[in-house]
Amino acid sequence: MPHTPGPTAAVISRLQSALPHAAVITDPTRLATYDCDGLLHYRVTPAVVVLATDAEQVQLAVRCCSDAGVPFVARGSGTGLSGGALPHADGVLIVMSGFRTIHEVSADDQRAVVDPGVINLQVSQAAAPVGYYYAPDPSSQQICTIGGNVAENSGGAHCLKYGFTANHVLSIDVITPDGEAVTLGQRAPDAPGYDVMGAFVGSEGTLGIATSVTVRLLRRPASVHTLLAGFRSTDEAGAAVSAVIGAGILPAAIEMMDALAIEAAEAAVACNYPAGAGAVLVVELDGPDAEVEHEASQVERLCRDNGAFEIRVAADDAERQAIWRGRKSAFAAVGRISPDYIVQDGVIPRTALSEVLHEMKQLADERGIRVANVFHAGDGNLHPLVLFDETIPGQGELAEELSGAILDLCLSHGGSITGEHGVGFDKAPHMPKMFSADDLDTMQLVRCAFDPGGISNPGKIYPTPRLCGEVPGKRKAAHPLQQTGQADIF
Amino acid sequence: MALFDALREHDIDARAAVPGDEIDGSLPRLITLPADTQQVSTILRTAAADGATVAVAGHGTKQTWGTPTGAVDVVVNLSRIDQIVEHQPGDLIVTAQAGVPLAALQASLGASTQRLALDEMVPGTTVGGLIATNPSGPRRLHAGTVRDLLIGLTLVRPDGTIARAGGKVVKNVAGYDLCKLLTGSWGTLGVITEATFRLHPVPAATRWLTAHVPDHDLPDLLKSVMHSQLTPSAVEVDTNDSSDGHTQVAVLLEGTPGGVDARAREMTRLLAHGADQGDAGWTTHYPFRLGGTQIGLKITCAIGAVTGVARRARDLGLHVRGSAGTGVLYAAVADEADLTSAHLQTLRAEAARAGGSVTIVDGPRAVRAALDVWGPVSGLRIMHRIKDEFDPDHRLQPGRFVGGI
Repeated sequence: MPHTPGPTAAVISRLQSALPHAAVITDPTRLATYDCDGLLHYRVTPAVVVLATDAEQVQLAVRCCSDAGVPFVARGSGTGLSGGALPHADGVLIVMSGFRTIHEVSADDQRAVVDPGVINLQVSQAAAPVGYYYAPDPSSQQICTIGGNVAENSGGAHCLKYGFTANHVLSIDVITPDGEAVTLGQRAPDAPGYDVMGAFVGSEGTLGIATSVTVRLLRRPASVHTLLAGFRSTDEAGAAVSAVIGAGILPAAIEMMDALAIEAAEAAVACNYPAGAGAVLVVELDGPDAEVEHEASQVERLCRDNGAFEIRVAADDAERQAIWRGRKSAFAAVGRISPDYIVQDGVIPRTALSEVLHEMKQLADERGIRVANVFHAGDGNLHPLVLFDETIPGQGELAEELSGAILDLCLSHGGSITGEHGVGFDKAPHMPKMFSADDLDTMQLVRCAFDPGGISNPGKIYPTPRLCGEVPGKRKAAHPLQQTGQADIF
Repeated sequence: MALFDALREHDIDARAAVPGDEIDGSLPRLITLPADTQQVSTILRTAAADGATVAVAGHGTKQTWGTPTGAVDVVVNLSRIDQIVEHQPGDLIVTAQAGVPLAALQASLGASTQRLALDEMVPGTTVGGLIATNPSGPRRLHAGTVRDLLIGLTLVRPDGTIARAGGKVVKNVAGYDLCKLLTGSWGTLGVITEATFRLHPVPAATRWLTAHVPDHDLPDLLKSVMHSQLTPSAVEVDTNDSSDGHTQVAVLLEGTPGGVDARAREMTRLLAHGADQGDAGWTTHYPFRLGGTQIGLKITCAIGAVTGVARRARDLGLHVRGSAGTGVLYAAVADEADLTSAHLQTLRAEAARAGGSVTIVDGPRAVRAALDVWGPVSGLRIMHRIKDEFDPDHRLQPGRFVGGI
């Protein structure tokens, strides 16, 4: 038994007496398997893990923590890429992945009611027989949980048209950091009172733990049209994106990959994208047949007008999957062309795309480091992949420095430090570059209302806690990246 | 009047209130007309030092909404903070100050064939008032409401602190989403002076189809419309013709000309009952008169329960109209004597069974003072705590919102 401070030891014994034996883990070897989320280079072993399977257990665990002033962190599948579910060394890690029943799928109400541990894709699978689906589709949708999606306000390739988790959640049952069970929102829209649910979505586990989520289901579109276009350069592809948006077309998704990302994807999955392309676009249109048909011909023309030298259209689902395979494999694929890499997540106004890519290349060239680019071009959400070799002295530090400089670049163009991966532990130090002290203080008023003791996922989002009592998280010194990437991204 | 002098010292346009300046029937002490966010901050800081209560106004189009406030010392009128700060057509975003009328904003965006995808349900409404009250019309089925379109804002807290939340890009998960918290907060947490919205292209073709549907056919008909893959931008109902056992249904199709033509043919078949291209101007007007002269309700429920809830409301003598496609209905009370507390309770129980709620939107001050405007509110304890953090002295819009907030 590792040494644990008094209050934590008391919480552990309370948990052990109140919960089933198998639900409380204190064995150091087993605890170690929970020491990080999808961002592998930050590791903290929790004092104890609780495997919760219902709301009462979550409430009990939170109450134990609240009574003793001990921190807790909730975790779903652990696919997050910002260290949002990084455990607290003296705290309880509440693992929600076993809390996973789909309680209801209603086509008439266009709603599903699910436990927080339900896997994102399973919601759509459950709704498929009645012709519906759940729109937010983060790349990790085969393994990430709805509870984690709520915490991170997850998006996905199709959020350009359909929005994020926040636009698709109607109601959330929450255990607040003081152990109270409360329902935020309602099955119908516009519950009276403050939209507290809206603030809870994307709060990265700092306002409590979701124990039930009511989501909106959408009718499956009649038609889906997926097109792959090869361009000589990212400038041309970017111009095509602007032309499509400028024509008043709102595709379900517009994704771009640059030459280096294509090279990696070819090496990994042989996606057979147009040879010699300096950039490819994947454009997906969905909706009623007649609309999609009309817009598809427009998109095709606009791509050609802007330099597309090859355009392929998926004739069926299998071909659609083939087109998407290259894109979806891109993160992990860069492992084929680089021993180490950092996945960055930043946002810029779409119109700044070309300029930002050139400036980014300059930053990379100055440091002698390569950057592959994969991004949601429709909404300006960049995922630069900073490639480096840890065995070369100093390159890890240089890559991290470049990764930070890319965020600064996004901010200098009026963008954001994160479009979908969250702030978590990783980007908390960058928050003051995007927000003033007063801005951050104002956000933390909400934190103080929920969690004056600062026990719910402390040390995340905010570099400096507000005075309502949060204890600052212990920050480990940034250490070189050793393992990266192979977590949830494919 | 120390407060008055203090404001004048800062060159802030302020004057004593005179008859005609009433807010929801009650005369404040002072009217201020700040020119920018900084002046709003100065006013709020000065008011805080003085312990003065503050109300916020734009064009004053919704002052008869919500619970009547107590005595107000200072009105912060934002109608002079009325510039469109930035419109980036290529990024589909616009930043506008709180005092910009929605109509002016839409006219300006229209020049680039873009729009803020919201209906102007209250003529004359400003951007600030829109955010504070989160009204919605038929197009909410297409693009949601203010909460779904607001991506950034500038806020002045009751102590004068200026803060921003969100940003200028649509995709952004940095920090708490205060935009959602502030939307529909009735000015009780802070004064919004500037906002950035996500925009949508104006569709090339727009067509309303209307049908006069026998009530017994309505549930199945709505179900088939909602279950179709024709992606209507609005599905509206109106029970005004209920005397002959019919409900008016209006469906909005938007898109490309060819696409709308093709979908209109299919939708006409689905609607049956002589469905035709029709005038659906009624859909962008609440069924009640605005301005505190008639009681208007908002009734929400699960989509599948719309016909049942609407029927129940109609049986209580209400004229019901609204978005069957989202489960957000509005109802007019013909005579205020008709809406007893018992009626309201009956209706609230019915809506609650269907996952929704009933609030009083507009109405005579005495009615809003006597009846429970908001009904049961889930999460009220946490809402009080949020209010206490933002406005510990409860000086901003006191008593206007849920639970006495």
